[in-house]
Amino acid sequence: MSILHTVNKSPFVNNSLASCLRLAAQGDGILLIEDGVYGGLNHTGFTPELEQALANFTLYVLQPDLAARGIVNQAHPKVQQIDYAGFVDLTVFYTNVQAWF
Amino acid sequence: MKKILFIQRRSPYGTGFAKEALDAILMASAFEQEISLVFTDDGVWQLKNQQDTKTLGIKNFSPTFKALELYEVKQIYVEQMALEQRGLQIEDLIIPVTVLATAELRQLIQQHDVILSF
Amino acid sequence: MKFAILINSAPFSHQASDTAYQFCQAALNKGHLIHRVFFYHDAVYIGSSLMCPPQDEPNITVHWQNLAKQHGFDLAICIAAALRRGVLNEQEAKRYGKSSANLAAEFKIVGLGQLVEACLTADRLMVFGG
Repeated sequence: MSILHTVNKSPFVNNSLASCLRLAAQGDGILLIEDGVYGGLNHTGFTPELEQALANFTLYVLQPDLAARGIVNQAHPKVQQIDYAGFVDLTVFYTNVQAWF
Repeated sequence: MKKILFIQRRSPYGTGFAKEALDAILMASAFEQEISLVFTDDGVWQLKNQQDTKTLGIKNFSPTFKALELYEVKQIYVEQMALEQRGLQIEDLIIPVTVLATAELRQLIQQHDVILSF
Repeated sequence: MKFAILINSAPFSHQASDTAYQFCQAALNKGHLIHRVFFYHDAVYIGSSLMCPPQDEPNITVHWQNLAKQHGFDLAICIAAALRRGVLNEQEAKRYGKSSANLAAEFKIVGLGQLVEACLTADRLMVFGG
């Protein structure tokens, strides 16, 4: 049993990602989508928290949302970039899905 | 039978989510599944007693929470940290609830088949 | 795998309905099934046939209609949320004495029980929120 958490809000305006990180269990996956992708970047004020999260969870980011926002190159190297097909695969790989928004 | 978890993270009146989520909870109760209800983050404000919406001219839906017991929705939880961060105590809430530490809530989430967040 | 989809946000105001659409397309391409897409809260506006976005912008209502027609899944709109916001089929328009109905083809106005049924039937519930 492990959960795929989706987060679609920027950590700079909203506590959805913070709450997700607080309540996700060891081994869960966290997928950043829509404005959630701003939480998956390198060299931001949030990066230290992101790196802490990487110790407990696998982090993914939806690449088309990075691309739309012009920040593909700023994505953290340890956050796995996936496309929509990869998103679908993750929902099958994990046994449940929880949305944070 | 499936174990369904509703997670409420929104305050009651600033958006319409809380009220329409409550409608979904009441509907789900008719399906004789195992339903749990969690309030965390700003969702705990939904349960604040003394809500008075008369001046706003909108409906105060908080009394509906008292009916949850009649609908056999009896597993109602709030996260302790969410209460503390907002200066709330269980005496401030409109219905009796089970208070969970963060670690307990984390475990509870893992035990469900369906997670509905609003 | 069988998916139930819940969309909670308005079109144009929020990306959620676009993400949900891309997700469904990808899932169907991989041979998965969509059991039902349930439109709740402001997402009920997606069922309005009266939306006229500029020609160079996608029409999300038409996208959903085409996908649902092609793959035979339900586009279910919550009746309580829809009536509040003025998305009506012929029957409801008549019942409430309104001059016209605006529910787009392929969409159905249903009770909230259909959301719960979808959760119970599907292997996964995907929530796209705002």
